[in-house]
Amino acid sequence: MIEVRDVTKIYSAKGKDIVGVKNVSLKIEKGEIFGIVGYSGAGKSSLLRCLNLLEKPTSGEILIDGVSITKLSKKELREERLKIGMIFQHFYLISAKTVYENIAFALKAAGKKKDEINHKTLELLKMVGLENQKDQYPAQLSGGQKQRVGIARALANDPKVLLCDEATSALDPNTTKAILSLLQSINKELGITIVLITHEMEVVKEICHRMAVMQDGEIIETGDVYNLFAHPEKELTKSFISSVIQMNLPEPLLKGRKGVVIKIHFKGAIAEEAVVSELFQNFKVKGNILHGKIEYIQETPLGIFIMELIGEETEVKRAMDYIKDRIENLEVVKHVA
Amino acid sequence: MLLESLYSILPDLNKAFFETLYMVAISLGVSLIVGLPLGVILFVTDRGLLFENVWIKQTAGILVNLIRSVPFIILLVALLPLTQLITGTTIGPTAASVSLSVAAIPFFARLVETSLREIDKGVIEAAVAVGATPWMIIREVLLPEAKPGIVQAITVTAISLLGYSAMAGIVGGGGIGDFAIRFGYYRYDNTIMFTTVVLLIVIVQLMQVIGDGVARAVNKR
Repeated sequence: MIEVRDVTKIYSAKGKDIVGVKNVSLKIEKGEIFGIVGYSGAGKSSLLRCLNLLEKPTSGEILIDGVSITKLSKKELREERLKIGMIFQHFYLISAKTVYENIAFALKAAGKKKDEINHKTLELLKMVGLENQKDQYPAQLSGGQKQRVGIARALANDPKVLLCDEATSALDPNTTKAILSLLQSINKELGITIVLITHEMEVVKEICHRMAVMQDGEIIETGDVYNLFAHPEKELTKSFISSVIQMNLPEPLLKGRKGVVIKIHFKGAIAEEAVVSELFQNFKVKGNILHGKIEYIQETPLGIFIMELIGEETEVKRAMDYIKDRIENLEVVKHVA
Repeated sequence: MLLESLYSILPDLNKAFFETLYMVAISLGVSLIVGLPLGVILFVTDRGLLFENVWIKQTAGILVNLIRSVPFIILLVALLPLTQLITGTTIGPTAASVSLSVAAIPFFARLVETSLREIDKGVIEAAVAVGATPWMIIREVLLPEAKPGIVQAITVTAISLLGYSAMAGIVGGGGIGDFAIRFGYYRYDNTIMFTTVVLLIVIVQLMQVIGDGVARAVNKR
């Protein structure tokens, strides 16, 4: 669907060259929600803006649905942009136009006829749940409502792709949830490919299928969201994940433990199995759960437990082997003192 | 005594009032018609914008600055050949309107440019991303978004024109300012001086109040 081939974007300001995006190659499949995470300045916004050529890459090629958009004429590019919707962190609605007019503007840009514009605008308003606000001005709306208008505008010309530039970063947690579920239903029901950039791992965890991590203009890690959450390789990825799954025990708590403290990752179906309860039935160890959490990523559970095993040394060892047989990821946090 | 002398100047004052109105209306009209597009050109040809064009931007910028740096009284005289060409005469309010228009166009254009500059670049970018044509962006995004600023610019231009029009007496343009200078200042007639100044104050206040009111009404932010 979207193919980025060796794209580099260099900004020159005051005689200095600043690299925004460095040799990025990426393939995003049709119908997926793809997340790009990174801290600010990592180049994720530049990369996203290259996808509809708001920024022209210094080198490299971008293909959307097989069309090389980097080679289009101005007019062709404008027509191509009708098929690529975009929403923004700060919404960027036309403040002098009503909600209705803001959405109709996109349809007008596509050269649609008047009744068609009217019909489609009302349909979009209904989809984003703003029928009652159609004659209000953006200044009268809440952040979440403004983003809904932004979404309706972006979807006006039935795009194949929706680009989201930190679309929920200016919203409160509840509104973020609502906007994310709207995006998710758009992806499912309309089959629109969504590319989003964010610095909030929560967003990626919530709706993305695949993700890429960016640092200093480069993509350092990419893959299935669940797999990256389960086996992050790069330090940055780990730190992003720990922002969602915080699993560190306070030092004083760890000090007072008498037994062996272990950390277990349960992945997929195994998380639902009663591994822990079987453990206590089969071995003469006492367990003491210090910390535990099950996250659902793409509706697949990912569980992390930290527990203390108390008992005779051999029995504890056997218990640990039992776990290792069933769960690949067992980490000993603290041995017997 | 005061009333009596006031009464005696009334016909002249009335004539002067309409002369002022005439000059300001014509030159304001012309500066809107020419200055608005010029202001838009100054803005959209700037770096990173819809019609980025250094050459046009520079030429228009220099031309605007050139006119703006000439004191109006000199412009008034220097433009006499042009005035002759356009109106067929070099005296009277119509003739004065030519110079007033020439002075007001760059002034208004710069104000328009400034109010366009206040639009969030993101809003323009969002319109580009939607696939709108540059023409559509100018008409449906830039101008509506800058509308409150443009209304303020019209107010400021109209008030400045009122001030400039006082100098129109040089070419026999007449008007309230000229009336005040000739009768009030040169003849030491304080009654006339005072009356005309009060009248000017009232007109300026009125313009400002109307301008502010309209600007508020069109501001949806």
